[in-house]
Parts: sequence; structure tokens; C-alpha cells
Amino acid sequence: MPFVYNVPFFSIFLAMIVGICLTLVKNGRLALRLTMGVAGAIFLLSAWLFAELARTNTSYIYLMGHYPAPWGNELQVGPFEAGMAAAFCLMLLAALPGGRRDFLRDIPQGKQSLFCLFINLTLASSLVLIYTNDLFTGYVFVEIMAIVAAGLVMAEGRGRSIAAAMRYVSLSAVGSGLFLMGITITYYITGHLLMNDLGQAIRALFESGEYRVQLVAGMGLMVIGLSIKSALFPFHGWLPEAYSACTTMASAVQSGLISKCYLFLIIKFICRMCSLEILLELHITDTLFVLGLAGMIYGSLKAMGEEESRRMIAYSSVAQVAYIFMGIGLGTLHGLAAACYQLLAHTFTKPMLFTTVSALVRVGEGSDSWHDLRGSALRAPLAGVAFSIGGLSLCGLPLLAGFAAKFELAAAAVDQGDKMLFTLLALGASSVLNSMYYIPAMITIWTPPADGQARPRPAVPAARDWSFVCSTLLFLACNLALGILIGPVMGQLLAGIVRV
Amino acid sequence: MLETILQQRYMLVAVILFTIGLCVLFLHPNLIKKIIGMDIMDAAIMLMLATGGYVEGRKAPIITDGVTEFTHYINPVPSGLVLTGIVVSVSMTAFFLALTQRLYARYRTINLDEILIQAKKEVK
Amino acid sequence: MKNDDTSLLRRLRSWVEGEDEEHQELPPIVNMEELEPAPRPKEHRSLWHLQDKSRIPVEYWVMAVLVAVTLSASLLYTSLGMPPFDDPNVPTMNEVPQRYVEQCVEETGALNTVAGMILDYRAFDTFGESTVLFAATVSIVFLMRQEEKRPSSRKKKRRARPAPAPSGDVFSGPYTDSVFRGTARLLIPFIMLFGIYVVVNGHLSPGGGFSGGAILGGGLILCAMVVGQERMRRVLGLDRFTKITAFCLLAYAAMKGYSFYTGANHVGWEVPKGTPGNLLSAGFILPLNICVGVIVAGTIFSFYLLFSQEERD
Repeated sequence: MPFVYNVPFFSIFLAMIVGICLTLVKNGRLALRLTMGVAGAIFLLSAWLFAELARTNTSYIYLMGHYPAPWGNELQVGPFEAGMAAAFCLMLLAALPGGRRDFLRDIPQGKQSLFCLFINLTLASSLVLIYTNDLFTGYVFVEIMAIVAAGLVMAEGRGRSIAAAMRYVSLSAVGSGLFLMGITITYYITGHLLMNDLGQAIRALFESGEYRVQLVAGMGLMVIGLSIKSALFPFHGWLPEAYSACTTMASAVQSGLISKCYLFLIIKFICRMCSLEILLELHITDTLFVLGLAGMIYGSLKAMGEEESRRMIAYSSVAQVAYIFMGIGLGTLHGLAAACYQLLAHTFTKPMLFTTVSALVRVGEGSDSWHDLRGSALRAPLAGVAFSIGGLSLCGLPLLAGFAAKFELAAAAVDQGDKMLFTLLALGASSVLNSMYYIPAMITIWTPPADGQARPRPAVPAARDWSFVCSTLLFLACNLALGILIGPVMGQLLAGIVRV
Repeated sequence: MLETILQQRYMLVAVILFTIGLCVLFLHPNLIKKIIGMDIMDAAIMLMLATGGYVEGRKAPIITDGVTEFTHYINPVPSGLVLTGIVVSVSMTAFFLALTQRLYARYRTINLDEILIQAKKEVK
Repeated sequence: MKNDDTSLLRRLRSWVEGEDEEHQELPPIVNMEELEPAPRPKEHRSLWHLQDKSRIPVEYWVMAVLVAVTLSASLLYTSLGMPPFDDPNVPTMNEVPQRYVEQCVEETGALNTVAGMILDYRAFDTFGESTVLFAATVSIVFLMRQEEKRPSSRKKKRRARPAPAPSGDVFSGPYTDSVFRGTARLLIPFIMLFGIYVVVNGHLSPGGGFSGGAILGGGLILCAMVVGQERMRRVLGLDRFTKITAFCLLAYAAMKGYSFYTGANHVGWEVPKGTPGNLLSAGFILPLNICVGVIVAGTIFSFYLLFSQEERD
């Protein structure tokens, strides 16, 4: 086995071990640098693995231990998984410097290294969820992610953050309970926990018609449990407060990494365990489609009424995640690939919006309401430009990532045929709704304040805050890359989905 | 029908307990009661998991007297899964309780609705 | 006698009809808008009495009940059709547990097949599980750890006499009840010994790191109650326990990392299994059990230390 094939093992253990060692580190800045170092190292390793696997178009199984499936744990690695891991690490590399100033200000001195420990454990859990081939390993690391994500939310220590964390943990516990129950039922009717063997057993059960009700129940409970944790429409109650009541770095990591991993796990279920035909037959994809449509409209409607900037961006996340569910609900491979495209686009756009808004708040009047952010882009031009580009991307301007994702979703819907009308209508309506709150926001931040007096420039202009500049430029570059290179990226995604 | 109910009694009881726990978690605004509801929910799932693999007359899966016949012992896999589940449940409960204690220290109430109303009034 | 009966009956009736004096002393219902975030005197607020039931909208109740009824009905229907309980021919009794039981001794060296399964066949799940415990401990330390305002040097504290526990503080000081102290002093060595026995014999008999660690944690809590938290913190304080837990988790990662790497690449030196039935056998399982036991004991004890800190608001 070539040495590069060990990369998943090294990435997971590097993130875990450095995370655990951070309990011994007292200095917050050192901890943050170590975390960024880990993210960078894993990005390079994953990119190397992706290049190798994409070139030879292979996927392989990595034994965690001496025993093959179905007795031991396994990782299944293909170009798709390696590419996703590289993308998430790149997002982390961009988001961490962007939230650095708020991190040093909001988190108490002695606890900054613990916060970085949370981020490392998040990275490790997401790598495991990307690579794992075992259902129960997935459950355990979903639990780690739940505790650590709540830790990120409450890190700021204000009453509001802790209340938001409490709400998050209660709904998360319900989601975990339903997910575990789904795993139990599926295990009882098939007797397997490794995904490949589960896939064969489920196919056999589906064809023989035995245990049909239990199959629907097991699959349905697993999907519902994960949907609660990734904020599908009726279960999104925890999201607005959890994304807005915490420090910037936590919002960026939550919106860019944590919610994506649960979605990725759902996509893996569909590809490996029960094929799309089975899901279509059991009407699970139809349910996801309808809820996705509802979420798109609902998220945008609620975002329009928000006065606080960060809550508005959080509601917009509800809408964007609903696009992904709609793509999954289309029920074709092309739909799944389009959903993954939207996943990537959102991963590189939403954290950028959070970090730029926090930069604008720093030069604004103090609070994060739109009224106080009036004219702030004039004092922090880089942040203003980046926020505008992010907003336009989510509205669907061509050449940007959001447009590419919507275009692919529409193309997948046209291919599919049955759900084409609803999808196109919903995409159109939600694009209009998105622009109805992003464009006024962009106009607000670029309009000079009403009384015409020039506010004094901040002591450290944003242009000299190198970490913020690097972070924003990296996000913009990725956004443009995703927007322009539609063909190659989509080709890789389609090829990868087939091999998952 | 009655036979099936009697035979599947553990699973049916587990489902009823799960629903009770879910209701308690949703409907009570008191944080301690929510934690109790979550514990009931987790215990119900552990019950559902633990009773799988049991066969009357077989022993616990610890190899004694050198007998390694599979038909001599019950299924060890659900026991291992329950072990993990219990640990996760304990961790979640402890975390929840710590959040409750912090919220009480800040807001002097453990009613979640009142806490959320007070939290909304806070200006950043 | 008759008088007593009627008075008893009368008292019973008045209690049933709610004419007790206590009911009239309930605090008035406080209006939600009058609340302030500052700490309020405890005697005017009732923790359990939901102040204003009408605040929960009716739709929420209806939705929640509807969801619960639908979920329970569908799950009950599902459970009726599941593979039967107490049946040797269910789908779960396939080749998977067969290998775990039949080849456990020769492949892992452990007599306890569950320990062999979780610490050898499916060791990655157990690594995740230990990390869940660790993450929970760290999160609670994050939440509950008060920023200490005392002088920074540790040595100074050790030489100074320990401050007496504040009078209103029930938990920190050593419990002075003599029955408790006598019994606890008698029991603690046995509890600790039993805990160590359960941990170390995890691969030979029922038990293992998790149960043994819980017993050890309980023993440590009892010890802290007898000795007093101030003295306990000097020897086994929170910092030290967090470091010990982190070290044990790292040791677990190192051992299992070696095992995963050699397993995937089919290289490396195989850990000797020893004779089944001996204490020193089963490859890595004994050290892993000890690591897990220490992690669990440390977690439970640090929960106790953190939850019983006095408030320093």
C-alpha cells in the first residue's frame, strides 16, 4: 500500500493528539497557531491524497486495526472524501485568522487554549465522519461533535450564549436519540454495522419485501435525527441564536464545518447504504424535497425581518442548507452532486460573511444592528467588498460560487423531470427573496451616515490587520474559483459520487 | 396479537419510555425536568439495544471452561454498543447540568422560557 | 377516641379541600416584565412554580403532543414487527458475533468477549467514546472554572494554613458526622481495591475500564468528602486530574495508533497475547483498560470537584 494511503489515519490522529495536548498549553495565541498549523498540515496531506486518487481514479479501504469488515472498523477513502477533507481544512485555515481578533477579545485568557481544543476536536470528528465506513463510529463522533459544538457556542460566557447553547444541546440530544434508535432498528433487521455489508443486506431485504416497515422506520429515523442536527426546516429552532450569540470564530466554524458534516453523513448513507432507488421507493427523498422547499422560502422570509445582522445571516443559513436538502431530495446522482456543490459553495461563503460582519461591527457604532452598521464599509473597505461579494454570491450573481451551485441544482432538476417545475420555481423565488435582504444590507453598509460627519478612522485600520486580510482574500479566491471552474469541479463531484 | 405484544414487551416498553422522555424534554420549561426527560429517553434506547441478542438459557459472553461454541453464549455486540451509549448519555447529562448551574447563577431561575425572554433583552 | 376520629376526619377533609394554612402563604405570581437580571432574594421566588402558564403558546403544546403521539404510534407499530426477542435465529446472530465469540481467545487473548470486542476489534469506537468523556470534562471545566483571584504562587499556598471553609458552604469542608467518617474510613480502601480489581481484570471477567473507573471515581468522591476538598485539591486538584486524563488519552491514542497503522499496512511487530487466563495477557487490552479506567475515574471526580465549588460571584 503506498504511503500516501495512510493520510486519513495521520490526519485524524494529528488533529486528535494536538487537540488533547492543548490542555497543557497555557498561551492562547500559541494554541491558535498550533490549530492553524494542524489545519494547514492536514490540508496539504489531503490535497496530496486527492491528487493521487483523482489521477488513478481509485478508492480503497483502510483497516483500522487488524480485522476486516464486518468485524473491525474501517475507513473508505476515495477522491471525493479526500477532496472534501481538503476543502474543509482550507475553510478552517481561512476562517481562523478571520475570527482571531474577536477570539482574543471575547474568550477569557485562561480558556483560549480550551477553545482551540474544541476546534481541533471538531476538525478530527469531521474527518472521521468524512472517512468512516462504520455506522456506529459515525454515531460516536457525531456525539463528540455535538458536545464540542455546544462548547464553541457557549465559549463567550455571556448569559445569551449559554442560553443558546442550552437550546442547542436539547434539540441536539433529541436528534442523537432518534439517530441511535434508527441505528438500533437497522442493526436488528440486518445484523451489520459496516456500511458496505449494510448496503448489501438492505438491498436483499428490499427485494424480498421482508421487514419493509422496519426498514422505512430505521432509515427514516436516522435521516430525521441527522436533519434535526443540521437544521432542516421544522427543526431549525436552535440555529439563529446558536450562530449569532457566540464569538465570530465559533459562528464561522459552526456554519462552515459542523453542519456540513452531518449533511455529508446523510449523503454517504444514501450512496453506500441504501441506493437512491430504494429511497425513492420509500418516499424518504420526497419528504426531504418538500421540507427543503419549505425551508428555502421560510428561511429567507424570516431573514428579511431581522434587524440584527448576525441573526439575519443565520436565518439565511437555514435557507442555504435547505437548498442542499432539496438537491438530495431530487433523487438522482446529478442532484446529489449538485447538493455537494451547494455544500462547498456555502462552506466558503457563510464563514466569510460572519468574519466580515464582525470586522464591520468593529468599525461601526457598537452593536451589530444594521442601523449601527451604516457606512461602516467606508471605514473598512476590504470587509465591505468581501461582504458584498458574499451577499451577491448567495443571491446568485454569475462568476460567483452561489450562482454555480444554483445553476447545477437547476440543471439536475431539469434532468430529473418530475420535480423540475417546483424546483425551478422555488429557486427563482428564493433568489428574489435572498436579494430582498442582502441588497438592502449592502446598500446600508456603503451609505454614509445620515448626519454627514466623517467618523474617525479606527486606530488599527482593517487593512493592517494581516490575519483578517489573508483570511478574506483566501475566501474570495475560493469563492471565485468555485464560481468560475464549474466544469472541472462538477466533473470531479460526479465522478466521486459514483465511487462513494 | 397478544402473543406478539408479550414477546416484544421490552421493545414496546422502550418505545413508550422514549416517547415519555421526549414529551418531558419538550413540554417542561424547567431545566432539571428537561434533563430528567433526556435521561429517560437515553435509558429507553439503552433498553432497546440491550435486550437484543438475548437468548434464554445461554450465558454471558465470557469464555468459561474453554467452551468457545457460539451457541453457548448470547450476542456480545449489543452489550458493547450499550457501553458506548451509557458513556455518551452520562457525558451529555453532566454537560447539561453544568449549563443549568451557569444559567441559574446568571438568571436566578431555571425556567427556560423566562431565561430566553431575559436573554433577548440583553444588549450586546 | 371518637373525638380523635372526627377531628382526624375533619382534618383530612379540610386537607383534601385545600383549606390548609400553608396554601395561603404562597408568594404572589410575579409578572414577567418585573424581572431584572440581578440576583434576587431567594425567599420570594419559587423555583418550581411555573409563574405564568399562559406564556407557552397553545400551538406549541398541540404540536408537541401531536409529534409525540405520531412518533409513538409509528414506533409501536414498527416494534411489533421487529425480529422476535429471545430467538436464536434473528438476523443479528450472524457471522459477526460468531467470530467475536469463537475466535476471541486466539485472536485477542481475552476471555471477556465484550472487552475483546470493544478494545481490539472495534477499538476506534472506544477511542471516540473516551474522547466524548474528555470533551465533556473539558467543556465543564470551561464553564465552571472560576478565575482564581488568590496569589499566583503555588508554593505560597502550600505553606500557608488552609483557610477555614466559609460558614454557608456545605460541600467544601470535611463532613464532621462521626458515623459517616468512621464508616467511610473503613470502606474507602475496599472500594478502591475493588475498583482496581475490576479495571485490571477486565479481560478475564465482567468489568473493565468503564465500570472499574466509575467505582474508583465514587471512591475518590467519598475520600474527598472525608478529607475535605481543600486538602484533596492540593493532592489531586483539577489541573492535575485534567493533565492525567489527557496523558491517559494520549497513551490510548499512541497504543491504538500503532495498532491501526500496523494493521492497515500489515507490517510491524505483533504484541504477544500471552496465556489466556493470566493477568498479563491479551496484548494491549490490559493497558488500555487501565487508561480508560483512569480517564473515567478522573472524569467523575472532576465533575464532583467542579459542581461543588462555592459560588464566587
